Amino acid sequence: MSRREILKKGIKGASLALAGGFIWSIATKSESKILLRPPGALKEEIFNAKCIKCGLCVEACPYNTLKLASFKDDIAIGTPYFTPREIPCYMCEDIPCTAICPTGALDVDLVSTDEKLDIKKMQVGVAVLDMQNCVAYWGIQCDACYRACPLIDEAIYLEYRRNDRTAKHAFLLPIVDPNFCTGCGKCERACITEKAAIFVLPRKIALGSVGDNYIKGWEKGADKRLENVDTSLKFKKSKAVDYLNDGEF
Amino acid sequence: MKINIVRRFIQILILILFILGNLKILNILEGNLSSSILFGGLGLSDPYAVLQIYLATFSVSATAISGALLVLFFYSIIASRAFCSWVCPVNLITDFAYFFRKKFNYAKDTRVIRLPKNFRYYFLGLSLILSFVLSTPAFEQISFVGVIQRGIIFGNVMAIGVAFFIFAFDAFILERGICSNICPLGAFYSLAGKFAFVRVEHTVENCTRCMDCKKVCPEKQVLNIVGKKNAFIKSECISCGRCIDICKHDALNFSIRHNKEN
Repeated sequence: MSRREILKKGIKGASLALAGGFIWSIATKSESKILLRPPGALKEEIFNAKCIKCGLCVEACPYNTLKLASFKDDIAIGTPYFTPREIPCYMCEDIPCTAICPTGALDVDLVSTDEKLDIKKMQVGVAVLDMQNCVAYWGIQCDACYRACPLIDEAIYLEYRRNDRTAKHAFLLPIVDPNFCTGCGKCERACITEKAAIFVLPRKIALGSVGDNYIKGWEKGADKRLENVDTSLKFKKSKAVDYLNDGEF
Repeated sequence: MKINIVRRFIQILILILFILGNLKILNILEGNLSSSILFGGLGLSDPYAVLQIYLATFSVSATAISGALLVLFFYSIIASRAFCSWVCPVNLITDFAYFFRKKFNYAKDTRVIRLPKNFRYYFLGLSLILSFVLSTPAFEQISFVGVIQRGIIFGNVMAIGVAFFIFAFDAFILERGICSNICPLGAFYSLAGKFAFVRVEHTVENCTRCMDCKKVCPEKQVLNIVGKKNAFIKSECISCGRCIDICKHDALNFSIRHNKEN
């Protein structure tokens, strides 16, 4: 084999190995991230189906908040998302990202009241607070997230509590109200800890659901939920037996 | 002027306009090849993507549909498959891979895989069926065209890897495999362009049967009438104009299709 032949074969082999390795690394990536969609995004599955991946929302955002997903991002390639710790959503009143979406994957109706745009209705996610690592819960005075919140005293409010350790200071504890929180992530951006102690998660992941069992008796109309309730008992007959026979006793 | 130079110019110009639009410097083209806004008002959409979205969700907004119809109208009335050679950035990669393949004589290597030319049509059909069954735009989820064009327009380093894969596939595995055997978007446009008016016309009187055109054509099967009869080239032609550039005898030219043939 001539030197030329060897070089040619070498280039071919190396190129194919590189290209194959790249595809392999995409196929076997294991990191999983939870990402936030732009305002007005439909439910994840429908959003994925409707998004045409044009990036018009990305271009429309005046704060460069939105990015298009790449392979490493673990969501459908080319769909928009944002990382609040880097750039949060600044909740523009005219919601340019949602308004420009050509396919309706970002639905203007989801961020409107009475046909008028209302950014406070956006439900990108909900802020979750890690009490263990929030310095306000240590007794150190920090209200960065509270001050950063565009819906201050609604989405995040402060609860005052006596600090028994020092006996002369107060805790100023930030608390999130999911009824108001839009998930803009300005609190996460503002958080002073190394890794944010308050962070936005998609509502589906962050919030629980009570089901039919419990009613707020003190709230007017709360019992309306009982109207279509399924009252049949759902017992698993073997459960008690399994419990006794599991060897724990 | 050589058509090929004009073509490269337009191909790159479109990408540059998108990049400038993305950087908010020049407001001519915003978005990307999937869906865009021309001159700040006219919405354009990729008809194949919109069709997949429609099959997946059965509800597409009017903006997307009108944009898709505009684009579809353009390619099916004006120039068949011109998207492939005048717009699509993957064409730049595959043309380079082909050049590389010829230059370094990889063409003579034993073939690694064989794919029928019709494969892309089956792939197109499969992608539409899967869009319906899985309720998700099937090809858009894996579209290499999408990855490359977004990578260029929005600047994504990961796209280089995919571009390299496409290059390696075309250069070492299957000659012109990506564009003329696999890509369902090309298949879509070649079906859509069946009745397009601007076509390459072959004049048999001028033809010397040198077959130079067949040497440069990326879709050789469309030139099967060369030297045989006066006719317009079939819609699988990507309208790149290479054959016109190379034909020294004026036997091939862009022309408006009419019914004089046969």
